[in-house]
Amino acid sequence: MIRKVRSHPTQNEALLFERSSPGKRAWQLPELDVPAVDASVALGAGNVRAEIPGFPEVSEVEAIRHFTRLSTWNYAIDHGMYPLGSCTMKYNPRINELVARIEGLAWAHPYQPEALAQGAMEVMARLEAALAEITGMDAVTLQPSAGAQGELTGILLIRALLEKRGNPRRKILIPDSAHGTNPATAAIAGYVVENVKSTGAGVLDLEALARAADGDVAALMVTNPNTLGVFEENIVQAAEILHSKGAMLYMDGANMNALVGIARPGDFGVDVMHLNLHKTFSTPHGGGGPGAGPVAVKKALEPFLPTPRLKRVRGKWAWDFKRKHSIGRVRAYYGNFGVLVRALAYILAHGGPGLRNATVDAVMNAVYIRRQLEPYFDLPYPSPNMHEVVFSDERQSKLGVRTGDLAKRLIDYGFHPYTVSFPLIVHGALMIEPTETEGKLELDQFIEAMISIAREVETDPELVKQAPHSTRTSRVDEVAAARKPVLRWKPE
Amino acid sequence: MLDVCGVALAEDLFAHLPDAVRLRRPLDLAPGISEYEIVDYFRARAAENADGYASFLGAGVYRHYRPVLVDTVVSRGEFLTSYTPYQAEISQGTLTTIFEFQTMICQLTGMDVANASMYDGSTAVPEAAMMAARITGRHRALAARSVHPEYREVLRTYALHQGMPVEEFGYAQDSGAIDLEDLERKIDGETAAVIVQSPNFFGVIDDVKAAAEIAHRRGALLVVVFTEAVSLGILEPPAGADIVAGELQSFAISPSYGGPYAGIIATREKFVRQMPGRLVGQTVDTHGNRAFCLTLSTREQHIRREKATSNICTNQALIALMANVFMTVYGKVGLRELALQNAAKAHYLAGKLKPAFTGKFFNEYVTRCGNPEAINKALLKKKIIGGLPLGRFYPELADSMLVCATEMTRRADMDELSEALRTPAAEEVLA
Amino acid sequence: MYPENFRYTKEHEWVLVEGGIGTIGITDHAQQELGDIVYVDLPKPGARVEQGRSMGSVESVKAVSDIYSPVSGEVAEINPVLADAPEKLNEDPHGAAWLVKIKLSAPGELPELMTAADYENYIGAEK
Repeated sequence: MIRKVRSHPTQNEALLFERSSPGKRAWQLPELDVPAVDASVALGAGNVRAEIPGFPEVSEVEAIRHFTRLSTWNYAIDHGMYPLGSCTMKYNPRINELVARIEGLAWAHPYQPEALAQGAMEVMARLEAALAEITGMDAVTLQPSAGAQGELTGILLIRALLEKRGNPRRKILIPDSAHGTNPATAAIAGYVVENVKSTGAGVLDLEALARAADGDVAALMVTNPNTLGVFEENIVQAAEILHSKGAMLYMDGANMNALVGIARPGDFGVDVMHLNLHKTFSTPHGGGGPGAGPVAVKKALEPFLPTPRLKRVRGKWAWDFKRKHSIGRVRAYYGNFGVLVRALAYILAHGGPGLRNATVDAVMNAVYIRRQLEPYFDLPYPSPNMHEVVFSDERQSKLGVRTGDLAKRLIDYGFHPYTVSFPLIVHGALMIEPTETEGKLELDQFIEAMISIAREVETDPELVKQAPHSTRTSRVDEVAAARKPVLRWKPE
Repeated sequence: MLDVCGVALAEDLFAHLPDAVRLRRPLDLAPGISEYEIVDYFRARAAENADGYASFLGAGVYRHYRPVLVDTVVSRGEFLTSYTPYQAEISQGTLTTIFEFQTMICQLTGMDVANASMYDGSTAVPEAAMMAARITGRHRALAARSVHPEYREVLRTYALHQGMPVEEFGYAQDSGAIDLEDLERKIDGETAAVIVQSPNFFGVIDDVKAAAEIAHRRGALLVVVFTEAVSLGILEPPAGADIVAGELQSFAISPSYGGPYAGIIATREKFVRQMPGRLVGQTVDTHGNRAFCLTLSTREQHIRREKATSNICTNQALIALMANVFMTVYGKVGLRELALQNAAKAHYLAGKLKPAFTGKFFNEYVTRCGNPEAINKALLKKKIIGGLPLGRFYPELADSMLVCATEMTRRADMDELSEALRTPAAEEVLA
Repeated sequence: MYPENFRYTKEHEWVLVEGGIGTIGITDHAQQELGDIVYVDLPKPGARVEQGRSMGSVESVKAVSDIYSPVSGEVAEINPVLADAPEKLNEDPHGAAWLVKIKLSAPGELPELMTAADYENYIGAEK
C-alpha cells in the first residue's frame, strides 16, 4: 500500500520494479532492414536466455516521472553551497556539458584511425600542457580515472624509478592527517605504510620525518595544503630530506584549489602528484563520479608514464606505444576523455588570470568563514588556513552534541553538511571548504546557520541531536543496513 | 569581507607562505574566453575527428542508440551536481537509483549482489582478481588470451604489485573459444582466479560452463568478463561464475574516445564483504519508512585505510545513472529486441564476409581479409571505418580484422563494406 | 564491573583461563567506544594465533577495530551466536558474546596481562 511518506512536494515513489507490469514499454527501434534471426539457431540453443526476471517494464511517462521525482530528493550544488572540506564542490559550468556532447567528440571511438582522431588528441595535448604549467611539472598523463587511481599511478611510477636505480625500497611514509585513499593506495602498490605524526601546529614534523626517512623509504605522500587547510611551511625542507635519502615526494593534489596561480608543486620540491579534475577543475560529481586523476611528474619519471603517450609525428598527433620503461596501462584506452573535455573548457573559460582569481576567492571565502565562526567553535590548530578550515566539536560535545549531529541540523537550514570527522587527527572534526563559487550572501547565510546551531546546542540540544527534521527521510538506520545488508530488490 | 579576514589586500591572505614557494609571474596560459569561443574551439576539434563515417569498430566499445531520455535525466542539476550520497537524508534520489542499478545488474548477470560501479570494465578485472585472491587465500591469476587485450594489460599492471603472477591460456584455432586443454594444463593449486570473457574479444560466445567446472574442481574462482552489455539481453548469464566483471558502455554511454565508462562487479552473496566499491543498502528511517544508505563502508578506504578491499573512492555514479535510464527505457522486452536486432545485423554481414572462427558469435566476429590495414585505408575514402586489424594484439591474426554490427549499422553500409572488400586478395573471404 | 577472574590487555580484550583453554572477548569499555556493532570477523577453528597479533576484527558502521589475541595458541572454538547477532557484543561482552576459545600454547604469557583492578585504572587514566 503506497503512502505519502512525509510532508514533501512529491509523492512517495516506488521502485521501478514495483511499478512494472507486462506490456508497458518506453522503447522504440526501427524496423530491421536485414532478415531477422532465430536466436537459437544463430547463437546456439543453450546460449539463449529466458526473459530477464524482474527487469522493469514501464512507460516513457512513468520513466521520466520516476527519475524526476527521485531527483527532487537530492541536494545539489545547483541548490546551494556544499561546505565539504577537501571536496571542492564548486559550480559545474553547463558549457562543459554542451561541449562534451558535441558529436565528433562524444562518438569518437578510441580505435578510430589516428588521422580521424586529431581533434580528440589535440584536446588532450592542450590539457596536458595546461596542467603542466599549472603544477610546474614537466610531463602529465591523463590516463588515470580518478584521484585514487592517480595516486596508484604515481606510486607505481616511483617504484619503477627506484627499481631502475637498483632498489624499489619497502616503505611509504604517510602523515596521520592523510586521506584514506593514501594508505590504501600504498598497500595496493605493495608498500608498507608508516605513519608520520604532525606537530602540535598540525603540520609535518621535520624531525619526525628526518628520523623516519631512511634508505628503506620510497616516498612521503603529502597533501598541500594539508587536510587542516594549512600550508605545509616546511615542504621545501621536507623535499630536501627525502631527496638526500634517495626518496621521493608525492603530493596528493586534492587541495590544489588553494594553490593554482599562487604556488606550483613542481617549484617546491614535489616529484610526482595527482590532480582531481572533479575537484579543482569543476567537472561534475554526478552523485559520486566520474572523475579523472591526471598525474604530473618531473622529467626523471617521464619514461615510466603509462602507455601510450601523445607524440608529434610529421606535424600530426600520434599515440606512442613503444615505451620501454613504462609501467604499462592503468586502464583501457586513454583516460576519461569526456571529463578531460570539461576540464579543458573550464581552463579555457578562466584563462591564467581567471584561475588565479578563483584561488584568491576560494581562500578569502574560507578565511572569512573561519573568522566569523571562531568565537563559536573550537579551532584546534590556529595556524593561518587557506581554502578550508577545520573546527572541532569540543565545546558542543561537552553538552552531548557531536559533529555529526551539528551536520545533520545544518541540513534543516538548507545546506549540505560539511565533512564530518575527518581529518582523524582532530577529534570530532568539522571540515569546511566553501570554494570560490560562493558569494557573500550565501556565505553569510551559512555562517548565520552555524551560529544559530551553536546557540541551539545550549538551549535545545535535543533539537540538534534529532535533526534533520525537514527532509524526506529522517535519520536512517545505518546499523541495521550493515548488520543485515539488503542490497537489491526482490519480489515478495 | 577583507576587513573580517583581517587583511588590507586579498594578496595578503598568502603572505604567510614561504617566499621560496611563491609563483612570482602570471601563469603562462591564454586569458579566459567567452562561452561562444569555447563552443567554437571544441566544434573545430570535433570536425578534426571522424564526421559522418560509418563504422564497423567494436572491440570493447560499441555504437548503440542513446535514448533521448538518458541525457534529459542526467542533465538535471539534482543528479549532475550532487555529491556522493554520504548524507542519506538528502541523497535519497541518488541512493534509490543506485539500489535499482544494483538490482538490475543482478537480474542481468544472474548474480546475488552487485556494487555501485567501478571505473570501467578494464579496472574491474584486477579488482575481481584481487577479490578472488582474498577469498581463496591463493595468489595466481590465469587469464584467457581471448579476454580483451587492454584489460589483460591493466590486470598485469595491478597484479604485479600484489604478488600475483598472471599467466595466460590460449584459444582454440578453429572455434575461437577458450582452449580447455590449455586451461587444464596451466591451472594449479595456487590459482585464485580463472578469468574468461564472453562474448570474448573475438565476439565468440565462450564455454563458460566448462571453464567453471575446471576452475571449481581445482579450487579456483571463475571470473567472467563482459564488454558488450547488450549481449545479456539475449544470452544466458554466465553459469558458474563466482564474480562477474563487466563494462556497461553499451548502455547509453557515449564512446567519447575511451571514457568515462562504468564497470561493475557482481558476485555471490557469500563474497559480499570482499567486494570493492560502494554498496547501497535498504533500511528504514526513524519513522519506519523505507530508505536507502551507503553500507558495508568498513570495506572501503576511508575507514579501513591500508586494509581496505580497494583504494577506490570515486565511482561512476552519473554514468551508471545513464545505464539505469537505458535499462529502464528498454526494459525486459526492449533489451531482448535490441539484442536480437544486433544479432540479425551481424549475422547478415557474416553472410557476406565469412567469419574466421566457427564459434557462435553475438554482434562481432573475426574475418580473414589479407591486408586489413590496406583495406581500411581504401575504405576510408568511402567514409567507412572498417573493423579493427588484429595484428596489433594477436600477431597470429595479422591477416584478420574484428568487425562489429549493431542496431545502428545500416544494411547499405554492410553492403558497401563487402563490396569494398572485393579486391583480388579479399575474394576468398566472401561467401 | 570487570570480572576479577579475567585478565585484560591494553587493546581492551579479556581472557578467562580454565584448564588450558582461554576464552577471549572484548571489554565493556571497547564495545562502548565502538558503538553499535554490525559485524565480527573471527579466525577459523584450527588457526594459530599469537599474543599481541591481530586475529580478527570488530566493525561498527563507521569504524573497524582489530582484535589482538591476549594469548598464543590454537583456535578451538568460535562463538556461533555472533554471525547472526553481532549486537550481542554490545549487550553482553563479558558473558554470552565471548569471541573465541583458544587452546593455550604458552601459559607463561598470562602474568603479563592486567588484573581487573589494573585495567580499571588503565581505562580511568585513558579518559
